[in-house]
Amino acid sequence: MSLPETYLTYPHRAYGMDQKRYDWRTCGARPPIAWPQGRTLAAMIVVPIEHHMLNPTGKPFKHPGAMVTPYPDLRHYTTRDYGLRVGVFRILKELKTAGLKATFPVNANQLERLRPLIEAIVADGHEIAAYGLSTDHIHWGGLEQDVEAAWVAEVRQRFDAAGLKPRVWMSPARQQSFATLDLIAEAGFDVCLDWEQDEVPVRMRTQAGEVSAVPLSNELDDRSLLLDRRQTEDEWAGQILEAADYLNSEADRFGGRVLGFTLTPYVTGQPFRIHALRRILAGLAGDARTWTATASEIADAAKG
Amino acid sequence: MHSDPNLYDYWPYRDRPKVVWPGGKKLAFWIAPNIEFYEYDPPVNPQRPGWPKPTPDVVGYSQRDWGNRVGHWRLMELMDKYGMRGSISLSVGLIDHHPEIIEACVARNWEFFSHGIYNTRYSYGMDEAQERAVIEDSIRTVQAATGQRIRGYLAPALTHTERTFDLIAEYDFWYTCDLFQDDQPQPLKTASGKLLSMPYSLEVNDVITYGAQAMSPWRYADVLKRHFDQLLEEAEASGTVMCIPLHAYLVSQPHRLRAFEEALKHISSHADDIWITTAAEIAGHYREHYWDQAVGDVARRGLATGGKGFANVVA
Repeated sequence: MSLPETYLTYPHRAYGMDQKRYDWRTCGARPPIAWPQGRTLAAMIVVPIEHHMLNPTGKPFKHPGAMVTPYPDLRHYTTRDYGLRVGVFRILKELKTAGLKATFPVNANQLERLRPLIEAIVADGHEIAAYGLSTDHIHWGGLEQDVEAAWVAEVRQRFDAAGLKPRVWMSPARQQSFATLDLIAEAGFDVCLDWEQDEVPVRMRTQAGEVSAVPLSNELDDRSLLLDRRQTEDEWAGQILEAADYLNSEADRFGGRVLGFTLTPYVTGQPFRIHALRRILAGLAGDARTWTATASEIADAAKG
Repeated sequence: MHSDPNLYDYWPYRDRPKVVWPGGKKLAFWIAPNIEFYEYDPPVNPQRPGWPKPTPDVVGYSQRDWGNRVGHWRLMELMDKYGMRGSISLSVGLIDHHPEIIEACVARNWEFFSHGIYNTRYSYGMDEAQERAVIEDSIRTVQAATGQRIRGYLAPALTHTERTFDLIAEYDFWYTCDLFQDDQPQPLKTASGKLLSMPYSLEVNDVITYGAQAMSPWRYADVLKRHFDQLLEEAEASGTVMCIPLHAYLVSQPHRLRAFEEALKHISSHADDIWITTAAEIAGHYREHYWDQAVGDVARRGLATGGKGFANVVA
């Protein structure tokens, strides 16, 4: 048995990228960005508001944080829900103490259930982003495009009904189909948190205008480091502050950059992790080189 | 299928004849930056999809692109600072996509070896003609872009067939990085040619250390220093090889590179004892000076089992 000839033909083997959403550009060829007040790093704090239902289909794959044991997995359901009831309010309190604004992507099907939380986020001046319909509505390459279009339309409709007008989109599990960028642009989203190919926002081409991809670090994801990789809170905080310092130290050569990282409520919001959260937030707030801002503020400032 | 690849004979580490590197150096040190291209929408190999998640895996794809547009340049500058050249494990297709990277590496006299065409195209299921086509494409494309005749191989995503080693030996490759049984080079039992296994190490490969082993940047630096210290100590008896296999999309992350630099600083502080070099130079020296000694020692100890890799295996 041999492989079909198509396996040894390379239709996109040519200069640049192998897709048309954005162009190849080395960091040395990138025009420098100047952030407001002469700051050299834009820190983007992302607090994902995600509901992990008791009966996910797990298709096409399980969303990170999805149920683990046979139904009813009350242990994981309530551990996740703890984040939305308790943990996130610790994060809100620490953000207020540090005087920092964050971006909160919310599953659209949670806008009603979590209304008091949504009001608290808005009242503190944070940015609300759309985070798909639910953790069980994963956008992916095998999804029919009319189904995906209906999902995106329903997300927009639910945020409208809640009196919210988000510009920022993050996909459930940060997974996309080949059409997701077109569909969210058509629905009025012009900022996306799924891509991280550069340390500055990148303008993505869509059938309905440009979308700014503001980078969010997969390697610094709190769930990944603290739960999957079982690192300590001190290691987690140390890596975020090291990244911020490193990027600031390069600013004279490369201009302003972005450091985006997550604070997942059921992970970071545990009592024993708040000391590390305080260290991160105080480190960012106390550094005159760092501008902590929301996703749309960063996308707009990058356009100059 | 075979129970033993029979690519080499069992050859205990203790009491081997002595290896000394050029200039009387004890440890040969090389760095293998993997410069890879992962396709946005690769064709599916029946034995393994191109990405663990459905395509497009935008996080995985864009993080690897970051490695090429940002991470590579950061790592290259750091290696310049310590006077270290890379032996590049190259997705050969990247020559067409990102020639700026290739030109910068050629200007530094770095070595190139083949890591397949794309890291999303696997060798599983290839017939002989297809596998030859990949090898010939690799030799031809790198030669045209850099003037270098490649001498090394690391199968794309570590995917092999039973004939991979015979084929690369036939095409006059000098070394493979695909085998992990030793801290010294070793002659392989191929049908023709003179192919070595080159110590490359998955244990200190950044994909493993940061990923499966979940190490912090500071722990990885500590691991590299201890790994180096031990291999240097053992090199008093016979020359050892240490390789650090790297991926810029991981090691060049802003939270990792300064900690990694501490390891390079430590290794550099032993410059009098170590040969900082490339894999092709290690392989060239070994095949010229130690190939016969190694084969002879295996025979002298009564350990030669005969046969060739994946053929005539003695049960």
